[in-house]
Amino acid sequence: MCLAIPARVTALSGENMGVVDLGGVEREVSLALVDADVGDYVIVHVGIAISRLDEEEAKRTLSLFAELNEISSGEDENPS
Amino acid sequence: MSRKLDMEKGFVDLSFGAGGVASAQLTREIFAPEFSNPILDRMEDGAVIDMPAGRLVVSTDSHVISPIFFPGGDIGSLAIHGSVNDVAMMGAKPLHMSVGFIIEEGVPFSVLKRIAVSMGAAARDAGVTIVAADTKVVKKGEADQLYITSTCFGVVPEGVCVGADRARPGDRVIISGSIGDHGAAVLASREELGLTSDLKSDSQSVNDLVAAMLASGVDVRVMRDPTRGGLATSLNEIATTSAVGIEIDEGAIPVKEGVWAVSELLGLDPLYFACEGRLVAICPVSDAEKLLASMRSHPKGKGATIIGEVTDRPEIPLILRSTFGGSRVVSVLTGDQMPRIC
Amino acid sequence: MKFIDEYRDSALIKSLLAEIAQEATRPEGYRLMEFCGGHTHAFYRYGLLSLLPEKVTMVHGPGCPVCVLPISRIDAAVRLAAKEGVIFCSYGDMLRVPGTDGRSLIRAKAEGADVRMIYSPLDAVKLATRNPEHQVIFFAVGFETTAPATALALKQAAELELNNFSIFCNHVLTPPAMRAILDDGKQGRKTVDGIIGPGHVSAIIGSSAYRFVAEESQIPLVISGFEPVDLLESILMLVRQINDGRAEIENRYTRVVRAKGNPQAITLMQEVFELRGSFEWRGFGHLPDSAQKLAEKYADFDAEIRFQIEYDQAHDHKACRCAEVLRGQLQPEQCSVFAKACTPENPLGACMVSSEGACAAAYSYGSVVRQ
Repeated sequence: MCLAIPARVTALSGENMGVVDLGGVEREVSLALVDADVGDYVIVHVGIAISRLDEEEAKRTLSLFAELNEISSGEDENPS
Repeated sequence: MSRKLDMEKGFVDLSFGAGGVASAQLTREIFAPEFSNPILDRMEDGAVIDMPAGRLVVSTDSHVISPIFFPGGDIGSLAIHGSVNDVAMMGAKPLHMSVGFIIEEGVPFSVLKRIAVSMGAAARDAGVTIVAADTKVVKKGEADQLYITSTCFGVVPEGVCVGADRARPGDRVIISGSIGDHGAAVLASREELGLTSDLKSDSQSVNDLVAAMLASGVDVRVMRDPTRGGLATSLNEIATTSAVGIEIDEGAIPVKEGVWAVSELLGLDPLYFACEGRLVAICPVSDAEKLLASMRSHPKGKGATIIGEVTDRPEIPLILRSTFGGSRVVSVLTGDQMPRIC
Repeated sequence: MKFIDEYRDSALIKSLLAEIAQEATRPEGYRLMEFCGGHTHAFYRYGLLSLLPEKVTMVHGPGCPVCVLPISRIDAAVRLAAKEGVIFCSYGDMLRVPGTDGRSLIRAKAEGADVRMIYSPLDAVKLATRNPEHQVIFFAVGFETTAPATALALKQAAELELNNFSIFCNHVLTPPAMRAILDDGKQGRKTVDGIIGPGHVSAIIGSSAYRFVAEESQIPLVISGFEPVDLLESILMLVRQINDGRAEIENRYTRVVRAKGNPQAITLMQEVFELRGSFEWRGFGHLPDSAQKLAEKYADFDAEIRFQIEYDQAHDHKACRCAEVLRGQLQPEQCSVFAKACTPENPLGACMVSSEGACAAAYSYGSVVRQ
């Protein structure tokens, strides 16, 4: 659990539905459980969006990885 | 004297399968005009053909694809391309075809005509003549609109030896273009999955590409068109038949973005999606660049690329190396790929 | 592709692997469980198992809702599908799961049952509106990631006042299963030193739902995404916690998972579902408060009530050891029928037929190809 993948919202249709795009392939999904707008990325699972991707968080985590690697290489040079 | 078929509103009923006047009409008015050639036009019981010198190569396929019309092709053109390609994979020149139709009652004549036109065009494009055709009609529900069985006859000249048992350690594995286009396009067109896309099947005859490859003077050892079961199944079969191992680089395999997207959305693997206009070729490492160049200079081989090599480790027929050093086994497709949830 | 490619970056992956190798040094090694079937699949698909240092062992968890469903419920599904006038809708994963005597939904279909594979429960509702003369039954399976979709479908059906739509509800919950795994450790069976927490279940229930893991069992848990960088980073975090003697809940999937999860989804599920007092799980037996059924208010849509479903005392195939695999007590390759009598074409148990199942993943992607 579970196959779910980040896709970009390209349109909103009525009644909490929207269209998402992944690599040029589109599908209509339910947006009832997320607050998402056109241009946002959502995680789609069995035809519904279960979470909105936080781009800021994504950027932050990626830079954290880089930092962690730097810090620990520093530590290795000075084993305590 | 029977009336001409009402091509606009008419449809097939069981009388068209009885072998009488009505059946002949189907062949005469719908299929024959599109397949027209001196042999077929004689309308004999059997086609008499002068075969050139060389060894006869024959391939038969049955086609039951649904939907019968899909982006980039239909069951008819698929049948022609498929059998032509199978013969070409043996290094043979495809020459003639024989086709059989099993038609569900209720199918409109206009649908059959569309298929016939498409098949005629595909046959001319591939340079083959359809020398024999047969139609049968079955009750509603006994066939999913239309099933086609196609057989292609070709000739392989002396000195050309292509076979799945010829792969040797050190050889290079080349694919002629992006994989999975057909499988993904058909899935994306299945109404119940609700996907919208521009994806098109890659369905095409590649016998002309094969001719160019053989003319280059390279020792083309193996060729296979990765249809049902995709690239993964074809490479597994070759490795097993040749008693070798094959290793391919994930990063080298061309996959169109849309094909990848369909696979991700449904939890499937493009390595198992059918290709209907591609071929995989195996040749000695010393010939690889030359073969690649000859393929790339042909319009149907523009996207050709080396994806891996043959090893002397047959215990695992096919291994996929990831871009970051990991590797995993790629087994033969088991059953149908079912979209996952999970 | 955005939000995917960055997490498959070779350089980052190689450096994370080097980091793990450097820090995973304690003599007794690290036995880590990835709870979620999606993570199991990802480990095999990216060939990560062959790259981890010898000291780190990944043990597969029960997070495969297809695998944990007991045979008696599969048999019930097959019986429902075979009923006259029924259109039985199911996710693709469930179609080949064998019930008693190998009877599966796909076999039932071959024998004439109208079984349809659907991608979303909302599609089942559509089918019901288009086929008013048929009874449409949706086979609802899944953990908390999937239950909200069922809930949305149910609400839609209720709004449309459909009288030909019902749900055969088999939704199960993650925390009780995780507790059962941790209890194994307390009862002297093989333990795990750390857990990789499910990514998308957590998007729904929130990272705070796992506090009990640290508090009750003093085991670290790191919530992970599904890309190679996510998984390796989570392993690194677990190794560090274990080395430091810490037992904390960490969320490394912050781009998708929040502490409080998805409140809209949680509220919706609380409205349409009720806890079952007890539910049978393959591998764990009966677990209390571990599964959901439709709330009384929605009883009209409950297939178990509408069709008066009864359950046989059904048993797993006698050679099947899915139960142990699901509890992380046995690796797939250690099962005597793995890849012999039990294969994806002829599965003896669900673990071999669900592609999230540990056995299916091990079979398709092969035994670990050690570098």
